[in-house]
Amino acid sequence: MKRMSKPEILHFSHAAKDYKSDVKPIWCPGCGHFGVQAALFRALAQLDLPPEQVAVISGIGCSSRLPAYTECYGFHGIHGRALPLATGLKLARPELTVIVASGDGDALSIGGNHFLHACRRDVDLTCIVMDNAVYGMTKGQPSPTTAPDWNSKIAPGGAGFNPLQPLAVALAAGASFIARGFSGDPNGIAHLLVEAIRHPGFALVQVLSPCVTYRPEEKAWKQEVHAAGPEPTADPAEAARRLFADDGLSTGIFYRGRPAPHAATTRPVSRDLTTIEAAFAL
Amino acid sequence: MSAPFSSTDAIAIAIMGSGGAGAITAGGLLLEAAGRVGWQGLMTRSVGPQIRGGEALAMVRLATSPVSAHGDRFHILLALDWENAERFVDEVPLDADSLIISDPAAGDPPATLRASGARLLPLPLDRLAESVPEGRANIVALGVLARLLALPLESLETVVVRALARKGVNAAYLRQTLAVGHDAAAGCNGFQRPLPPVSGDSGRWLLTGNEAAALGALRGGVRFAAVYPITPATDLAEWLAPRLEQVGGHLIQAEDEIAALNMALGASYGGVPALTSTSGPGLALMTETLGLAVAAEIPVVVVNVMRGGPSTGIPTKSEQSDLNIALYGLHGDAPHLVLAPTSVSDCLFTTQWAVQLAETLQCPAIVLSDQFLGQTQVACEPPPAAKPTASTRVIASVGGERYHRYALTPSGVSPMAIPGVPGRQYTADGLEHNPHGTPSSRAADHQAQLDKRRDKLLRYDYGAAWAEVEGEGEIAVLTWGSAAGPVREAAARARAQGLAVKAIALRLLAPAQPARLATLLSGVRRVLVVEQSHSQQFLGYLRAHYALPADILILNQPGPLPIRPAGVLAQLSQWK
Repeated sequence: MKRMSKPEILHFSHAAKDYKSDVKPIWCPGCGHFGVQAALFRALAQLDLPPEQVAVISGIGCSSRLPAYTECYGFHGIHGRALPLATGLKLARPELTVIVASGDGDALSIGGNHFLHACRRDVDLTCIVMDNAVYGMTKGQPSPTTAPDWNSKIAPGGAGFNPLQPLAVALAAGASFIARGFSGDPNGIAHLLVEAIRHPGFALVQVLSPCVTYRPEEKAWKQEVHAAGPEPTADPAEAARRLFADDGLSTGIFYRGRPAPHAATTRPVSRDLTTIEAAFAL
Repeated sequence: MSAPFSSTDAIAIAIMGSGGAGAITAGGLLLEAAGRVGWQGLMTRSVGPQIRGGEALAMVRLATSPVSAHGDRFHILLALDWENAERFVDEVPLDADSLIISDPAAGDPPATLRASGARLLPLPLDRLAESVPEGRANIVALGVLARLLALPLESLETVVVRALARKGVNAAYLRQTLAVGHDAAAGCNGFQRPLPPVSGDSGRWLLTGNEAAALGALRGGVRFAAVYPITPATDLAEWLAPRLEQVGGHLIQAEDEIAALNMALGASYGGVPALTSTSGPGLALMTETLGLAVAAEIPVVVVNVMRGGPSTGIPTKSEQSDLNIALYGLHGDAPHLVLAPTSVSDCLFTTQWAVQLAETLQCPAIVLSDQFLGQTQVACEPPPAAKPTASTRVIASVGGERYHRYALTPSGVSPMAIPGVPGRQYTADGLEHNPHGTPSSRAADHQAQLDKRRDKLLRYDYGAAWAEVEGEGEIAVLTWGSAAGPVREAAARARAQGLAVKAIALRLLAPAQPARLATLLSGVRRVLVVEQSHSQQFLGYLRAHYALPADILILNQPGPLPIRPAGVLAQLSQWK
């Protein structure tokens, strides 16, 4: 997988606003996803990527509305399936920058199997999981990252299930870049996204993105998030130790391993079918 | 279109044996050797449930003209042994004119087979094999069959040596083993079933329907495939994988069928024609994504190789029971293409056409193959040479004006932008949208886009390829898919008996073509419908979409046993 190495940007030919479409988001006022959107545009501008060379792929949920709000190519697919959609696109068109916009329900529940396999395939994608620990679009059900005692109409008194740890799962499944950001810090996320997009393998960026409507208590994340600490490690064992010791609210790059991306062969033997067809002749 | 079939010259041979006896190998080599001398034919394999080895049955049918079905009975049953033979007796109908060849040392044939009245030809296959170093009974058997069929021994020698010498078997011994069998059958007067030599153009191709479908996909321009393994579709993907790489494409094994179709859709969104292959359970998982392809108007091809259902059903056996899910399995009003090959070799044309239609009409196409079509190997006339397939997708070019991905056009097809093209960025969406592509729940937008997606399929001129038609008459047989094989043969026999029969096999199932069928049925007073499904899915489809004469007969049976020409002929004979 070849990627043009970009020099450090001295002159920006694209500004963040160049990536914004005129479609008005359906998100609630104060939704964390606005911060993710802003951060993505800043990252793309910083990388100076032409909007037409970027594809934002999503599934279903509040987070997954992001593609239409960008001036990039977009695909708003079906629930849980953004990762295979993006994988097919990236394998077929390796020169494109492919970004997946997903949420905790989309990526980790209905799309959980795809999440595991996208990590282990390590295809050069950037996967943003906007995690608000709730199903917002369907108005407030627990997700795979919701605490067991969170009360909701569908699970009064709490669902009682242990929340999943997306970053630890991703590490175990073979993702080669693992980071966490907070939507209240768009510059911080933009930095993570620049690093994630530059990373030539599967890059997971979990963004703590409060749902102000169904999880108003998540507004407190602004006071609770803190830096992850030391430099990212390339040692999966060390990354695992840090992730399991983590409180889920620290931000930064936890793991940057050696990418081993799956990619299509790019050197055809021959473009015509003569040899292939000749093998059928008796 | 296949030439009218003359069944009188077809010879059917079944070779059975326990695991390791080499029955399937022998059947395949027999077909290949027959093809090399210009005969045509097919071979279907039937195996026990063991993952590896286990009893096996090769069913071969040879003729001097195209063969697209099994016949009513087998002329020769050659048993390398009788272990677990009971498993296969239903699949090998015999009668008093049949011949059972077996080694007396292996014991008597099962009572069910003896009850057919078939004649017995005992030959000491094992002892003959032991007379040659490294001799094998299945190769002796091939020598015997060469004698009985008048198949030139040199042709068998060529294919046997080529196939087995690379496994380390001595070529001279192989020739000797064949000769031993050939000589042993020299005195078997009265048992011969010779096929005449073929003159003229006798070049043949040897391929399975799954291979033909995969080649059709390549010819149609498919350069990306994502698949999940499932019987009986896996061998399509296995054939395709290295060959896609060879032409600069790529095949990936996905984590499940949902991922497989989404990957294919992603690649196609990126401008690369894409395919997935599966069977019933996988198609069921794919239906939501097929709806996405309809709504987002992205071409993609699903080759569904049907097997016995529902649920896990009978994975290794053929059935035409995925018709309903292919036609109606998508939620919402979701017009799409459904096509069905009418023979093993037609898998090539139909799949290539499916790719072209999907690309042209920007929608998903399901190719309904089945286990018989997919896994039967045929020796057939080479298909017409590949024409370079230009991309038929209408692409949006660079431009300054505002781009409307889902613009309402006279044809219903709107230019599709491919990522990378500046100024044409849009978001493909499964949400209902306005012409620009912006999500919309307005009634007018929903109506307009529903109309657009329907009309682009209805306004397209599919031409004569939509159905395969043979003969004329007041009686028509309506069928599809692998059932077309026995229908074709029964219709030819009916004509030989003086009954004018028109055989119609639909290749394009959706969108339905009521005006075209009405033209074909003009003057037809009686219709026989033939299909391999328990619940008469095809008849239900015909009744829903077409005007049919009042006088209708239905011949339907589920798998695993094939519909045989005699069954079709018996129905037609009621109208003599």
